[in-house]
Order: sequence, then structure tokens, then C-alpha cells
Amino acid sequence: MHNGCGCPNAAQSMPDPIRYRRPSRATQPAYLHPSYASSTKRAPTQPLVVLAHTVSETTGPQFTENDIRGSGCDLTQQPSGEPLGERIIVSGRVLDEDGCAVPHTVVELWQANAAGRYLHDADHHNAPLDPNFTGCGHTFTDGEGSYRFVTVKPGCYPWRNHHNAWRPAHIHFSIFGPAFATRLVTQMYFPGDPLLPYDPLFNSIADENARNRLISTFDWKTTVPETALGYRFDIVLRGREQTPMDAPRVRGRKK
Amino acid sequence: MTLLGTPSQTVGPFFHIGCSKLTVSDLADLNVPGIRLAVEGRVLDGDGNPVRDAMIEIWQADASGKYACPADRQNKQFDPQFRGYGRVATDQNGRFRFTTIRPGSVPGPGHTIQAPHLLISIFMRGLLNRLVSRMYFPDVALNDDDPVLKSVEPSRRKTLLAWKTEGSKDTLQWNVILQGKNETVFFDI
Repeated sequence: MHNGCGCPNAAQSMPDPIRYRRPSRATQPAYLHPSYASSTKRAPTQPLVVLAHTVSETTGPQFTENDIRGSGCDLTQQPSGEPLGERIIVSGRVLDEDGCAVPHTVVELWQANAAGRYLHDADHHNAPLDPNFTGCGHTFTDGEGSYRFVTVKPGCYPWRNHHNAWRPAHIHFSIFGPAFATRLVTQMYFPGDPLLPYDPLFNSIADENARNRLISTFDWKTTVPETALGYRFDIVLRGREQTPMDAPRVRGRKK
Repeated sequence: MTLLGTPSQTVGPFFHIGCSKLTVSDLADLNVPGIRLAVEGRVLDGDGNPVRDAMIEIWQADASGKYACPADRQNKQFDPQFRGYGRVATDQNGRFRFTTIRPGSVPGPGHTIQAPHLLISIFMRGLLNRLVSRMYFPDVALNDDDPVLKSVEPSRRKTLLAWKTEGSKDTLQWNVILQGKNETVFFDI
């Protein structure tokens, strides 16, 4: 205690926390990306203020299975019946840049149905809804950072960004990781999708290797005979500037 | 460093489908100690139009200034009834509202102390990456010495300060202005 005010609720002095590394510019999208029309009125125009991480940024919300109702990793199990479409298994690991597992973190997922339609009031695409598909899922990574969803392959759909604009098939992912600084919302794409070269969102990442991180890989190992094709999608969160000496960490498995 | 980080992509207009289960608009149960308050505001785009499809996440310390996270190494106990996490979506008028308690102060860089603040993440269609801001509280003496507020150009600091609503001492207002003269300060973290 150094603040001298004697208040039991006052902040205590402590060593500066170990910060998370900043990504190199080309590996993350810029806010203003003119070919993505809705970024023009929503991207900030003033430069961001660089903030050195404090305990506020190096901590983050922790969730347990009790925080989310119901089971959510199999989107094909609906009380009313099975959804239409190509059944797939999407699995992978959540890691940090050092290859260390991010265990027990929540993974949220949402997607269009096989016809390319979201179960959402704001989706006016005239493709059919599927009464047996909500497109909403969630799970937690296990102790090695692994997760697994069973779902159907989402359809492509038109949007009004430019003439004849179509989104490639994609699945939305939301991950918290260990800290406020590691929060990530992203989209997973499918290998060989002919729409990828035309998609302003996918192409907002200047660095080709980083961009290709967003494309899942077809995976025989997780493909289940007579059941579903497997796609693998590893998600890499920011790493720290140095490894905390006392933090238990699980190293990445070799592929 | 061995792996390349996964790039961010926009949350899109349909995030409600996947993000509603972890929606938390009341951050603190009634038995959580602390000064209770509501925060209301709007998210406005570069034309001053309401953003109807924004998602706002909140992260904060408890009333004693401790985060409910093992990475907070301060030698004090966090309040087990308070997680410090919130998530709300904007409505058709671009409005959002949540209730919480005022956090305590937490350590800053070196031996500084940070004034009470909320960390805010803002997601929406049109944003390929989240925006990060902070909300500070009015009439707090520590604001004058807050290391983060001091790093912001004086003329823009007010965008990080909530203000009191006339007639309701328990409700604070704080807007997210994406562009223009009163553009909110966003941080590169």
C-alpha cells in the first residue's frame, strides 16, 4: 500500500503486468476499408490512442459451463428434427502465438443455414428458413484448448455491399481468451470457395499468410464415416511479451 | 513467436443469434456491495444516425478495485458474487443501457493509480475489428491524475467521461460517437 489514504478499497501497488504483444499491422484489418461500404461511416477518423496494457487489459471475464444454458456444440440436434444440408464437423484448438493452449475458454458460434439464410429479423434474403436449424452454438475448449462443433455447411448469400455481391460460406466465431486484450471475433471460411477472391471482408487482411488463417482445412482425421466431413480451424490469440514463470501452460501438440 | 495470430473479422448484423446467451445487462446482483448505477447511451455513426446493430461489452473491477480474474495479482479478494462482465446490444434508436456498480481504483503503470473506469468493447457491422474505449465517472478526484486519461489530448478527454442525468442521480449517460467533432476516443491496445 503506497497511496497513503488508508482506504481499504484503494488500489494497491503491484508489479506491472506482462503485456500482450501487438499484432503487426498487415495481419489485422484496418478500420477503414473502403471496399467494405459500411466501414466508411463507422470507422474512427481520429488516430487511436496507444494504451500500454495495465491490469485492466491483462485480465478478462471468466466463464463456466453454468453461465450458458443448455448444450450447444451440436447444432444438428434440435427437438423438432434434423436440419437440411451437408452435415460437417468443425473442430480445432484455441492457441496463443507461442503455441500454448488456451484451455476452458468459451467459444461462441453463429451461422446461416444450408440455404444461406440466418434466423434473424434483419435477414431479408428470400432463401428458406429451416425450422430445424437455429445457427447458434457454443462450447468450451478442453484442457488442451480443443473444441468441436457438429453443424451443417452454411450456404453463400447475397448482400448489398456492391453489385452482385455474395458472401463466401462462413461461420462466425467469438472467443474471449484469458484477458480483455485477447478478445477476438472472427469468421471461418471454407477451402476452395470461389467467392473468396471477391470478398472485401476476407481481403481486408493485407498479409496473405494471416488472411489464409481464416480458411479452415478439410480434415480426414475428423471426418466420420457415413456421417460428416471434418474441417479443422485453429484459432490463434495474441501471445504475451514474456511467459509468466508461474503460469501452468500446455504446449501445442505437433500436428 | 511461432504462430501467426488469427485476424479479426466483423461481427456482422446477425450477432444476436450467437451472442445472446452471454448477454448480461445487470452486472451486479442487489447483494453486491458498491455504489449502484445505470449507464445509458447511444451509438451514432458518421452521419449522426443511430447504430441499431452494435454490441457493447463491459469489463470492470469490483468495488474494491479487484478484477474477478486470476491474472489480477493484487493481494485482495475479489467479490465472488461479482464477475465484472456485461454485454448489451443497441436497440432501434441506437440506445443501450446496463446497470452495475462503480468499480474501485486499480493500479496503473509504474506506481500510479487508475481512476475508476469501465473497459468497453464495441462490435458492429462495418467494424472489421472491435473498437476499445473506456468510460470514466464524473466528479472523481482521481480522474485528474489517471495515467490513461492524461495520455489523451485534453480537448478529447471529455468523450471518455460519463455525465449525470438531470433528475436521476443513479443514471449516467455516455455515448459512443464513431466519427466527427465529438468522436469518442478509442484505444489501440
